[in-house]
Amino acid sequence: MSEPSHIKFRNPADERPLAKVLLIALSLAFLVFFLFLPLVSVFVEAFRKGWEEYYEALVEPDAVAAIRLTLTVAAIAVPLNLLFGLCAAWAIAKFEFRGKSFLITLIDLPFSISPVISGLVYVLLFGSNSVLGPILKSHGIEILFAVPGIVLATIFVTFPFVARELIPLMQDQGTGDEEAALSLGASGWQTFWFVTLPNIKWGLLYGVLLCNARAMGEFGAVSVVSGHIRGLTNTMPLHVEILYNEYNFVAAFAVASLLALLALVTLALKTILELRFGAGAAGGRH
Amino acid sequence: MIKFAKALAAAALTVAVTAGAIAPAFAETQLLNVSYDPTRELYKDYNAAFAEYWKAKGGEDVSIRQSHGGSGAQARSVIDGLEADVVTLALESDINAIEKTGKIKAGWRDRLPNHSSPYTSTIVFLVRKGNPKNIHNWGDLVKGDVQIVTPNPKTSGGARWNYLAAWAWANEEFKGDNDKIKAYIADLYKRAPVLDSGARGATVTFAQRQIGDVLLAWENEAYLAGEEFGKDAFEIVVPPISILAEPPVAVVDANVDSKGTRKVAEAYLQYLYSDEGQNIAAKHFYRPSKPEVVKPELLKALPQIKLVTIDDPIFGGWKKAQPEHFGDGGIFDQIYKPGK
Repeated sequence: MSEPSHIKFRNPADERPLAKVLLIALSLAFLVFFLFLPLVSVFVEAFRKGWEEYYEALVEPDAVAAIRLTLTVAAIAVPLNLLFGLCAAWAIAKFEFRGKSFLITLIDLPFSISPVISGLVYVLLFGSNSVLGPILKSHGIEILFAVPGIVLATIFVTFPFVARELIPLMQDQGTGDEEAALSLGASGWQTFWFVTLPNIKWGLLYGVLLCNARAMGEFGAVSVVSGHIRGLTNTMPLHVEILYNEYNFVAAFAVASLLALLALVTLALKTILELRFGAGAAGGRH
Repeated sequence: MIKFAKALAAAALTVAVTAGAIAPAFAETQLLNVSYDPTRELYKDYNAAFAEYWKAKGGEDVSIRQSHGGSGAQARSVIDGLEADVVTLALESDINAIEKTGKIKAGWRDRLPNHSSPYTSTIVFLVRKGNPKNIHNWGDLVKGDVQIVTPNPKTSGGARWNYLAAWAWANEEFKGDNDKIKAYIADLYKRAPVLDSGARGATVTFAQRQIGDVLLAWENEAYLAGEEFGKDAFEIVVPPISILAEPPVAVVDANVDSKGTRKVAEAYLQYLYSDEGQNIAAKHFYRPSKPEVVKPELLKALPQIKLVTIDDPIFGGWKKAQPEHFGDGGIFDQIYKPGK
């Protein structure tokens, strides 16, 4: 057995052409079948009976109420989670304290809990048979089966998004920039506005986009605390289910297409922002 | 970063504006009717009729909100604090569950005529156009290779009525021979390729996914499916014997007393028994409790057949039938073995 005289060394990071093509084709086929086709079918079904029926379904009073409620809930939940996410990420990244890892675990809790449970905990907390329920009722405060309950459940489900996005980013950056700013005589607020925030704005924005998409799309937790009162406590995802169960497929998919559009707009916004500012953004991760 | 602050301020403003917009003027009285799934179309019509009637009678403006869902889940929500003025559910036992918390006073079933059931319904067959498998009675369901679609009696109220209707027929056919009845019911469920968790799900399985030869369905659901999916696709077969399902209604005492809506809530339920209420129920294919006030052409779709009630000695009422047939280790558990 003689050794070949010229051994061609292959870069181990290079895939064989066949493997490369196969891998690309496989992931592409996967995306088409599991993401693209279902998404297209939503729009096909929504426009099956033409523009007019599509429009009718969206201006119908219960649909308008559902859209308004969804926007309201997101408009309350997202800013609160933005604030919370900033505080938590700041605390975790810039300070050392006991119980830090426990705090991180707590923030992740909503990711690992089924949304149904996230809804049920509020039923247990504020329901008629809970300790708090009768007290709230005697003061005329409605939480469960009303807008506050839906907002609470949405906040619960979406609160990790901003914090989770910011924590690794801020940990990476460390405290050097801030220390420099402070030593040059900037105040705490100035340091935040002109040093920290510009550093994290892309991560922050990405977190807010994800948080908003989930807040508007949440079904399970909201379903449990909503009470399903038409025109009052039905969010868009709940309204879609109701319409579908009424055999009103065109209207169901019309409202569903709005939610799908929201996802596409989220994606587009993120891409545009990256293209326009991303390259020059200091510390921008996304 | 000033832009960022502006955006935040704009968001806050949006919150304030929309929050203001969803708190409507409270000039009119609002009622909340918590109901089960198949009644959506019925109450949509009825609510409009009642609001008109109440105003004409000199009452205030009243608007009625609807909440629909599985009957058991809806009862649970009312128990947990959903502020229903009235409940219109599928099973007596669901209202009994609310009664246990004290929100509905005992004896609610005797407050309105006909066990507080303004309309009733029954179980019929929905078959494919032309009735290719020639299904006319319960015995035909277990002939040849007939496949049946029915929901799961463990989770669905409607499915329990299906099961009991089949039992009622078999009891008559086999002269009360329990072994033969059980063998028939076992054969029936062997022919069910899927057991959906609810009645609407089963209808979609049969009508849209085109599974099975016959759907055991609420009479009103069968007609509704016929209308929604095209009358040419299906035929309704009404068997000579079936079960009488009595969906009850009740005022939720604790809620109407704290909201001050008792008078209008009671009128709302009573009006279901009026000529107009009964005609609206019949129009949506519920069997009116006072057929004499209903237009004859509406009754044509609801043929007279022998209807066995749950209080019949063969079942002995819900309190006895529920654990005996559907409880853990009950008859359904004994005869139904999935995948065999």
